[in-house]
Amino acid sequence: MAWIYFLVVAVFAVLGFYAGRSRAHAFRENGHNLHSLPGYHGYFVILAIIVPMLVLFAIWSTAETRLLETQALHSLPAAFQPTDDLSRATRLREIHNVASGQTFGEVPPEVRSVGEAFAHNLTLSHWAKLVLGMAFGAFGYLWATRRLSPHFRARNTVERAVKLILLACSIVAVLTTVGIVFSVLFETFRFFARVPWWEFLFGFQWSPQTAIRADQVGSSGAFGAVPLFVGTTLIMVIAMCVAGPIGLFSAIYMAEYASPRVRSIAKPVLEVLAGVPTVVFGFFAALTVAPLIRSAGEALGLDVASESALAAGLVMGVMIIPFVSSLSDDVINAVPQSLRDGSYGMGATKSETIKKVVLPAALPGIVSAFMLAISRAVGETMIVVMAAGLSANLTFNPLEAVTTVTVQIKTLLTGDQEFDSAKTLSAFALGFVLFFFTLAMNFVALQVVRRYREQYD
Amino acid sequence: MDLSLSPIAHVDVPPDTRTKIRASGVNVFYGDKHALKDVSIAIPEKAVMAFIGPSGCGKSTFLRCINRMNDTIDIARITGNIDIDGQDIYTPSLDVVQLRARVGMVFQKPNPFPKSIFENIAYGPRIHGIAKDKTELEEIVVGSLKRAGLFEEVKDRLDDSGTSLSGGQQQRLCIARAIAVSPEIILMDEPCSALDPIASAKIEELITELRQNFTIVIVTHSMQQAARVSQRTAFFHLGILVEEGATDDIFTNPREPRTQDYITGRFG
Repeated sequence: MAWIYFLVVAVFAVLGFYAGRSRAHAFRENGHNLHSLPGYHGYFVILAIIVPMLVLFAIWSTAETRLLETQALHSLPAAFQPTDDLSRATRLREIHNVASGQTFGEVPPEVRSVGEAFAHNLTLSHWAKLVLGMAFGAFGYLWATRRLSPHFRARNTVERAVKLILLACSIVAVLTTVGIVFSVLFETFRFFARVPWWEFLFGFQWSPQTAIRADQVGSSGAFGAVPLFVGTTLIMVIAMCVAGPIGLFSAIYMAEYASPRVRSIAKPVLEVLAGVPTVVFGFFAALTVAPLIRSAGEALGLDVASESALAAGLVMGVMIIPFVSSLSDDVINAVPQSLRDGSYGMGATKSETIKKVVLPAALPGIVSAFMLAISRAVGETMIVVMAAGLSANLTFNPLEAVTTVTVQIKTLLTGDQEFDSAKTLSAFALGFVLFFFTLAMNFVALQVVRRYREQYD
Repeated sequence: MDLSLSPIAHVDVPPDTRTKIRASGVNVFYGDKHALKDVSIAIPEKAVMAFIGPSGCGKSTFLRCINRMNDTIDIARITGNIDIDGQDIYTPSLDVVQLRARVGMVFQKPNPFPKSIFENIAYGPRIHGIAKDKTELEEIVVGSLKRAGLFEEVKDRLDDSGTSLSGGQQQRLCIARAIAVSPEIILMDEPCSALDPIASAKIEELITELRQNFTIVIVTHSMQQAARVSQRTAFFHLGILVEEGATDDIFTNPREPRTQDYITGRFG
């Protein structure tokens, strides 16, 4: 139904554009000097048509379902009136099922008739919306064309409208962010109402299985997240030990030493690495790297788990190399040639110039490249699920299985879950910690950059 | 060096001055472009030599040959000979690092490093290991700043960033940076083109002072500047060294009609 509406909007918009533009052309042929180009008159008419039509659609669509549902529930016989939220939801589902023609099992005839009436009303409402929308569009067209004249400042009006549209988009982005933060925060507080925050932040025991029924035993639940934080940090450190030096040094090679030919081949290849899906890295880690590490460890007489932090960390390090190298390469290239010339002119060698002039000048950008890589490492899930395991061991030994914050969130929320147990709510607390960590790191990075910035312009 | 292969016919050096730099038959190619054609010149010691000529005439290219800065450009190719104190600077055995310690350079746009004023000057002495200890390094820094006429203006803020100075101060900082490694020759590539007249006047004053101790080669677009600061002038056009001689002669009594046209402002 909605697509018909949008088709009508599109057709109206196209017609409106040509009508507005030809009006403007007509003014010009009659010897008038136009203030704005004819195209702007066309765009103005488009806006006057689609804005009211879309606003009407948005308002009507949100209102109609709710109104019709309430009305349908009211028209149910007294015996079927819902008594609480749960039965209300069940009734509504039944009504919707009848309306869409998908019924399972026995539906009481009273409910069936209400459902059919609901479907009928919904169709009526859709048509009413369409007709009213067309009326709005036509009204907008009339209003706009009456305003068109040779002196009409269509360009300024359209520019203002464009600005408003862009503003609206940024507001949506900002509000979404704020909304996510608050919903996570809210659920986190609900979790802390059940499990004290100090136990969560400083507890050494993580076993989130809670009893579903009161008579179950052995699943009391322990929510000490320290093993997860340690596991996350361990894997992140291993990954950065791989990606930091390799990424930075390859960036220096690309930017300072490589011939244009090598660079034109090697850089895209490195960037392909960034395009490999993390799942692929995951099974690479689980099926190739982890067994390799285990057999190497056994040959050395070490006790290596088949899922180890080392395997996950190494592969994750390879995954984030392109983040470090590509961004560092860009900032190194952005250091002006005049600084290098100055250094060479003093008799400095290439490596002295890089070490003492180019890298310090590029430092803020390199730091932010590292920060981005760390955020990626901390937020990465797939590789860790597949290669590092799920057991929440509190260990700094990279050869043991560990688990991370993201993996636990994924484990807690997949499958059928009740959404008000401490178990599921703990995922929000973990998410909040993750969010807070990233935020703190960005803040620290910003301070570092500001403190050590060497401004070259 | 084999002088007989490329005789320097039109070079006349006053007999009382010693030649510091002698170039013969220098050609520079940037890829297919023949940027500098068979240039031969003798540059006297402890004097200012000015290179003038219209844009793209090869004067900066030739300047960059003297400390081998063209080495940093991949497509540049150089033939011919350049000697400093009779020593060929393009022989394979010569160390570019040592050459550039002897031949300092100041660039068109002031390019202080994004470090403190102190660190800017200390950069050269550090990489060449000139100072034995911290006191000596400080002496070098202060001495260089004084000789560049910048010390009084910055003595209270040696830890401020070099980029926080004004354009003219930045350029004098770059000159101080070049002096700090005690070079014998200072090359200046249009050192005043990015500066206002007052800052330029200070630089010119400085050049005149530095002439006592250094051999200076300056590329300039301003013929007044060349006339004010230099003792000898060379006029380049389309990659060719057209005429070279005492500055007074070049500006009052040029031999070549092209030089005459350029200095009277008929082109360029």
